[in-house]
Amino acid sequence: MIEVNNLSKSFGPKQAVNQLSFTVRPGEVLGFLGPNGAGKSTTMRMITGFLPPTSGSVKVCGFDIVAQPIEAKKKFGYLPEAAPSYADMTVLSFLNFSAELRGLSGTAKKNAVRRAVDLTFLDSVLGQDIETLSKGYKHRTCLAQSLIHDPEVLILDEPTDGLDPNQKHEVRQLIKRMGETKTIIFSTHILEEVEAVCARAIIIDRGNIVANGTPAELKASAALAGSVIMTLRAQDSTDADAIRQKISTRPGVLRSEIMVADGNRLILRALPDRGKLQGSLSGPLAEWAISERLGLEDIRVEEGRLDDVFRALTVTDAASQQAKKQEALEAAAAPPPSPPPSTPANEGAQA
Amino acid sequence: MSAWAGIKTIAKRELAAYFDAPIAYVFIVIFLLLAGFFTFTFGSFFERGEASLVSFFSWHPWLYLFLVPAVGMRLWAEERRLGTMELLMTMPIAPWQAIVGKFLASWAFIAIALLLTFPVIITVNWLGNPDNGVIVAGYIGSLFMAGAYLAIASMTSALSRNQVVSFVLAVMICLALVMVGFNPVTSLMSRWASPAFIEAVAAFSVMTHFDGVVKGVLDFKDVVYFASVIGFGLFATGVIIRSQRA
Repeated sequence: MIEVNNLSKSFGPKQAVNQLSFTVRPGEVLGFLGPNGAGKSTTMRMITGFLPPTSGSVKVCGFDIVAQPIEAKKKFGYLPEAAPSYADMTVLSFLNFSAELRGLSGTAKKNAVRRAVDLTFLDSVLGQDIETLSKGYKHRTCLAQSLIHDPEVLILDEPTDGLDPNQKHEVRQLIKRMGETKTIIFSTHILEEVEAVCARAIIIDRGNIVANGTPAELKASAALAGSVIMTLRAQDSTDADAIRQKISTRPGVLRSEIMVADGNRLILRALPDRGKLQGSLSGPLAEWAISERLGLEDIRVEEGRLDDVFRALTVTDAASQQAKKQEALEAAAAPPPSPPPSTPANEGAQA
Repeated sequence: MSAWAGIKTIAKRELAAYFDAPIAYVFIVIFLLLAGFFTFTFGSFFERGEASLVSFFSWHPWLYLFLVPAVGMRLWAEERRLGTMELLMTMPIAPWQAIVGKFLASWAFIAIALLLTFPVIITVNWLGNPDNGVIVAGYIGSLFMAGAYLAIASMTSALSRNQVVSFVLAVMICLALVMVGFNPVTSLMSRWASPAFIEAVAAFSVMTHFDGVVKGVLDFKDVVYFASVIGFGLFATGVIIRSQRA
């Protein structure tokens, strides 16, 4: 159980995370989405107690991360963004070290390491120095570290970053399996991952939550979600536009457009008028097309794509940044530029 | 998990890390060579005609000046370079446990290097009849001084992710601590400063407190001095680490 309450973080004048609130329950996998620099890592660093929040609170299994850090930290496993580990240690000694820090010893430690190694397929590299491993193995070594004490809560910052497609699949399956009993929060910018694994997704942009719902709910909010795509037998090109106009006048249809019109087939898209429409558009349209003998070959409803939602919600960011950059350039041209202070606090903001 | 178990786990890993790298053995060899060289040439071990290790110990403040920062520079700079700081600080241990654990590991490493100078004890015992109590006191005092240097190196190591920067900073601070009590410097200062001022400043010097140790007197006052430098250095390490996470 993770409870995040009005969590904010600012680095100097920069507001990295702004009044974030959400709860993740046991048995729930929460996907944390957002463009680079949206505040995903900063949020996770605050949840794990690495960064103190500027304001707001985080509770892990009921323990406040600031007031009771040790108790809270016992409850979770954490995979930081860059999957760091001690380069000069072997995989086995690194995992033993992690297990000992978690208070495990003797047989319990041995079993814990065994279990984590099995879950992350590290058997073949146990005796190797971590610095000699490929990126995928390094990543899994750090992932194994986060699983070693079989924690109730898992906080994974880009767990599939740098893995090959097979490994990505394995890690997703692992997250999904563990998500049945554990509380998991993971960040990613691979949207298919969210659909494959998450019960719920939060999209954050410039430190604010811009969407929060199941992947299906998010997809439904896409601009094209619910539109009907019909494939008809070949028509004369003169007829094509007439058909399109007819479709546009059907009840519940906002407008329609021709997607493909070659010699063989005609594909049309009808967008629903969300205000007036009750139920689905596809049934009535199919009946109508058959009664009109238009040669209906295929009809399907567009689900909406997460990509579109993501872009629609966060694309303003890129645009506004462009504008800001322009502003900054103009501002820099006028007064003498002062170099930004490179205090360690800023490193967190950049990472 | 008790506090000590956490410290022990950290210290064990850190000490293993020293011996995993060839640099540890290079360090020990250089330390032994230099210690022997200073003792028997500049220290005029034989010419003194007395069975003591004064010529051995009196070089330690200078010897440690470069070697101890070299041992301590990696302590925190390395954690920050690798990014493992984030792992360490999100483990269920308090930061002070990690600080103390790392310090103890590097201190133990220096203790091992120091113990390997045992042939000089054998030599002096074979040649004459030294007071071995004085020698033991000298070793303990020397170890405390190394600890003080090391705590400063720990502090500067936390300041930068670049080991060279932390090394140079540590050498500078340790050098200052040596110089303010070094006789040629204090006599130079006596031209313009009042004796009370010089004495006050020299009280902060490693030299002032190590003098007695060299002569075989392990004064409680001196031990308190070295222990407070260690305490200060480690406390400052904690403050720096905390401020970096804010």
